Amino acid sequence: MKDERTNRHDHTHIAPDAPPQPRGHSHAVAPATFHLHPHAGHPHGQPARVPASDAAIAVDGVCAGYFGRDVLDEVSFTVNRGEFIGVIGPNGSGKSTLLKVIAGLLPVQCGSVLVFGQRPSPEVRHLIGYVPQSESVNWSFPVTVRDVVLMGTYGRLGLFRRPSDADRAAADAAIAQVGMQDYTSAQIGQLSGGQQQRVFVARALVARPKLMLLDEPIAGVDATTQHAIFTLLEQLKEQGTTIVATTHDLSCVAEWFDRVLALNHSVVAYGKPQEVLTSETLSATFGSHVLVSPVLPA
Amino acid sequence: MHLIISPLANDFMVRALIAATLIGGVCSIVGVYVVLRNMSFIGDGLAHASFAGIVIAYLLKFDLYIGGLIFTILTALGIGAVSKRSEVSLDTTIGVFFTAAFALGIALMSHVQNYVIDLQDFLFGNILAIDRRDILIIAALTAGILIVVALLYKELLFASFDPVSAGASGVPVDALTYVLLAILAVTIIVSLQAAGIVLVAALLVTPAATAYQLTNRFGPMMLISAIVGVASGIVGLYCSYYFNVASGASIVLVATACFFAAMVLSPKRRSLLTALLDARRTAIRVR
Repeated sequence: MKDERTNRHDHTHIAPDAPPQPRGHSHAVAPATFHLHPHAGHPHGQPARVPASDAAIAVDGVCAGYFGRDVLDEVSFTVNRGEFIGVIGPNGSGKSTLLKVIAGLLPVQCGSVLVFGQRPSPEVRHLIGYVPQSESVNWSFPVTVRDVVLMGTYGRLGLFRRPSDADRAAADAAIAQVGMQDYTSAQIGQLSGGQQQRVFVARALVARPKLMLLDEPIAGVDATTQHAIFTLLEQLKEQGTTIVATTHDLSCVAEWFDRVLALNHSVVAYGKPQEVLTSETLSATFGSHVLVSPVLPA
Repeated sequence: MHLIISPLANDFMVRALIAATLIGGVCSIVGVYVVLRNMSFIGDGLAHASFAGIVIAYLLKFDLYIGGLIFTILTALGIGAVSKRSEVSLDTTIGVFFTAAFALGIALMSHVQNYVIDLQDFLFGNILAIDRRDILIIAALTAGILIVVALLYKELLFASFDPVSAGASGVPVDALTYVLLAILAVTIIVSLQAAGIVLVAALLVTPAATAYQLTNRFGPMMLISAIVGVASGIVGLYCSYYFNVASGASIVLVATACFFAAMVLSPKRRSLLTALLDARRTAIRVR
């Protein structure tokens, strides 16, 4: 990874007041500017179904928001295949919005989003596993762990078709993969926050995604559970899955992420953790009164 | 046995029983979504709003079902659209729009006093006045609703439980919300003559809330809700016959008795209050 340092100034720009970055630099020049992540050459890497393209995600000059208000303002960045990216920023900085834009859940007002070189479409959606923010889920719903994981097959099944025995077997395999096989019949709301996250990861895994988007996967879980969730994600990464996770917990950033995107409506900085986790960048991202030293224990 | 069979000598009682079965079933099945998606206020509000549609149809000498149906569906879809775009909370929007529609209905009705008697059936329900044509309409609409719910079963489940992920995996979440609102509007219109505007919300909510306490799986919840709904309809109708009380009220009271019985017997031992509070806390942060 050392060679990436030569590109440091391309990756890490602290520019809250600077003029807008030139549009289109990320995906147009990306192949030249960014190198492949070492894991991209992993034996498991590059599954055949994924269309040929250099970047897993190419976000270029994107504006998006709700009710005519832009939450994202000219956001540009590129994620290489097999990378594990952390998106940090304060509440309301646009982290969830960014994931929704990548997942094709929210239309962009300007700019473009390419996932594996393609614009949002049903085919692209099948390549994406989405783990939502905990509070968007109705936890009192009468569904068991297996019911929830089986929902991961619905997108591919399409309208009117019921899950088959093969789908059920795939769901059980995914449940085992995240170590939740002892809870298959438990109602989802009875589980702890960390267990719920693992179930949701399992649901995303059923559809064999090439890209995982996780919205605050470690919010409100203890350190041990955080470690368990990240270990699971690390395993997926080693199998070639590209992963983007949002978090406002900085304690895990240096340890797990290949690169970190500091977001506050626009990109404050994007680069390797040690490059982004400077007091300068963090005060530009979170506001000057907040964290100065990210390595302080939480 | 005689107590059960002798009322059936009356044609009106046979028709009422058929209607109670159909309405009890369709309300309690749609009610599962109403309870789980926190739509009970929408249900209550739509029932009230439908009154304006019925009165307008009455004044224009238009078919009451079609008039009420058009007005209620339009209101339901309008609410869906407003809640999607507006920053005013959904509850507030419903509170404003539906009371306004109800007030419009009352104003029109008070203006034409001689029609009041007929229209009062819609306010409080009169299942014994249901005729053969009503039965056919109720049966057809009920069948239509059940077919739609069966076809969209897994999509409605996914979108109700976790709308963001459902959308991400390609389920048309917004369209399903409109479908569900339309289904709710039709269900309410179907049930109005039997239960009345004021009580139809109970037919939607109570059987499903009863079932919710007895199972932690969606399919069984729907089945139990349907059984409670149909049983309440039939038992309530007999109570209405023998105790000479209004049919809608007696059906609702039987369902409420089931609800309390389930609360006592609930394996989950959680009060509805806790569940609803939890649901409200996690509710509709779809954006």
